[in-house]
Amino acid sequence: MASITLDGLAHAYRPDPRGPQDYALKEINHVWRQGGAYALLGPSGCGKTTLLNIISGLVIPTKGRILFNDRDVTHLPTEARNIAQVFQFPVVYDTMSVRENLAFPLKNRHLPREAIARRVEEIAHRLDLSAVLDRKASNLTADAKQKISLGRGLVRSDVNAILFDEPLTVIDPHLKWQLRSTLKELHRALDLTMIYVTHDQTEALTFADTVVVMHDGAVVQTGTPEELFERPAHTFVGHFIGSPGMNVLPARVEGRTAHIGDVAIELVRAYPSLPAGERIELGVRPEFATLAGAGTGLPVKVRRIDDIGRARIARIEIAGHPAAAMVPDALALDGDTAGLRLDPRHVHIYAGGVLVEGETANREGGA
Amino acid sequence: MEKPLNNRAWLLVAPVFLIVAFSAILPIMTVVNYSVQDTFGNNQFFWNGLGWFQELLDPSTELGGRFFDALWRNLLFSAIILAIEVPLGILVALSMPREGWKVAATLVIMALPLLIPWNVVGTIWQVFARADIGLVGWGLNALGIPYNYTGDPIAAWITIVVMDVWHWTSLVALLCYAGLKSIPDAYYQAARIDGASRWAIFTTIQLPKMKRVLLIAVLLRFMDSFMIYTEPFVLTGGGPGNATTFLSIDLVKLALGQFDLGKAAAMSLVYNLIVLALCWVFYTVMTNTGTERPDQGGAA
Repeated sequence: MASITLDGLAHAYRPDPRGPQDYALKEINHVWRQGGAYALLGPSGCGKTTLLNIISGLVIPTKGRILFNDRDVTHLPTEARNIAQVFQFPVVYDTMSVRENLAFPLKNRHLPREAIARRVEEIAHRLDLSAVLDRKASNLTADAKQKISLGRGLVRSDVNAILFDEPLTVIDPHLKWQLRSTLKELHRALDLTMIYVTHDQTEALTFADTVVVMHDGAVVQTGTPEELFERPAHTFVGHFIGSPGMNVLPARVEGRTAHIGDVAIELVRAYPSLPAGERIELGVRPEFATLAGAGTGLPVKVRRIDDIGRARIARIEIAGHPAAAMVPDALALDGDTAGLRLDPRHVHIYAGGVLVEGETANREGGA
Repeated sequence: MEKPLNNRAWLLVAPVFLIVAFSAILPIMTVVNYSVQDTFGNNQFFWNGLGWFQELLDPSTELGGRFFDALWRNLLFSAIILAIEVPLGILVALSMPREGWKVAATLVIMALPLLIPWNVVGTIWQVFARADIGLVGWGLNALGIPYNYTGDPIAAWITIVVMDVWHWTSLVALLCYAGLKSIPDAYYQAARIDGASRWAIFTTIQLPKMKRVLLIAVLLRFMDSFMIYTEPFVLTGGGPGNATTFLSIDLVKLALGQFDLGKAAAMSLVYNLIVLALCWVFYTVMTNTGTERPDQGGAA
């Protein structure tokens, strides 16, 4: 059992990296708490698999150190790391039965026969594989195979962390839910650190206590699902999480007022020290923007209204910039002009894509 | 659902039927026709029934004797060839580079022996192994090892086997290499995480994944080595004595040397059946090993 510390870790696949553009994984400092359920979320090619492979020891990083507790394991080979990894495509040893598959990691570590048998039975029971223990692994369905590859990690009682590399990609949708809840149960029962790589926000948000969002080789935000939703630290997080994503509109901020074109928006915080020369944007999630009748709130143009079942979402334009907003059930629109009400506590200002902390005005701070 | 019947389909299949008829069925039927007759030149044929077959399958007759001698030589030769080329080919494939410019270079070098016409291979080795002027033959004798493939049956066999290994091992290696390349990296990574040894990786991942290409390699190498003709014909001409007279060489002697068309036809039919039967055995054995029997659930 250990916490995993990434200390100034960076990796480049080229042998002679010069600038930051050569790094597949830019410098990262992070501590994976013992027993945490983490999701590593980001689009394809953002470096999440690289990071995972560095933790498991399949890739040796160009710079920095990895510590398990206080032990430096940066240059230790995979088999000496007490790490299990489940891959995107199920890996089973075709010629072996399910039982032999599960016993394989223990056999390689020369455990006594009875201990192996006991452990295999126990893990098979947990994973619901008892019934198929003596079947050939190659004849099973994809989700059973994925359970076997997970089981090969779990049988080892010395495992510090289990890493999942998009493990549900080839699983049928209705089985994904089942398998994911199995994972959650195992996490609760076994007190293991789990790191789950995915590009699917639903998977990440339902699985993890802490979500690490990666973009272009760097970590842009680490937080609980609520934090990611309510306070995206980067416009990328705003776009990537949520459906539809956050509205990001180019703005000009003066004191406690933001101007989008000729539309003025009152803010609850002041931004006196915005960096000069950076692109200033205002971000607000569609969930905190509500359409109203014409004449109330900010003047907007309605382009289209999509009914997505649980809600109606309007595609609108604010001073010529496209955005999305919620449509209340009672609202009947007349023509293509309407009003927009924003929840001021959920309006954020970004400079160069990065969230700027505003200063709460004195009179509110004192109240 | 009713399937539409349309007899015009026969028209579309007809060209293939014609080609197969002229290229395979007619020649085979001609051979069958010869095999039940005796001929004395001048195109005179006499009905002989199954006489040639009875003689052929009886080792005490002249025809049966030479047939079985040649058949044992063939079986021994194929067994030696498979025993050497398959493991060697796997070994070569395992040590071939996986990426970079070396891949292309290795593939070209490996493919070279396969591109040389068979009679040229025979000629190359015929000269190469000569005791008076050949590099290998002269060199071995200079080292004090008596070696003369034209006089010593063992030397002749060794030369033919080495020549065939040189010629065809790269085919096995290339097929195995293709099989190895199709294994996703995740398998090797999972094996490393599971702490598998090099040998365990070979037996649990690489060998099972190579099974299909190995089947093809074994079938190809068996058929080719069992029907070998050109190289030993050029190298030894079937000698010394009859030491390297394989079925194909004997068949040509019988048909084109002695013009015994009936005997030769009977022999070639039996030869053909043996090749088919052995291929079927290889195929069944290799496709069935490792598959699960549905009714059996005991621990392995």
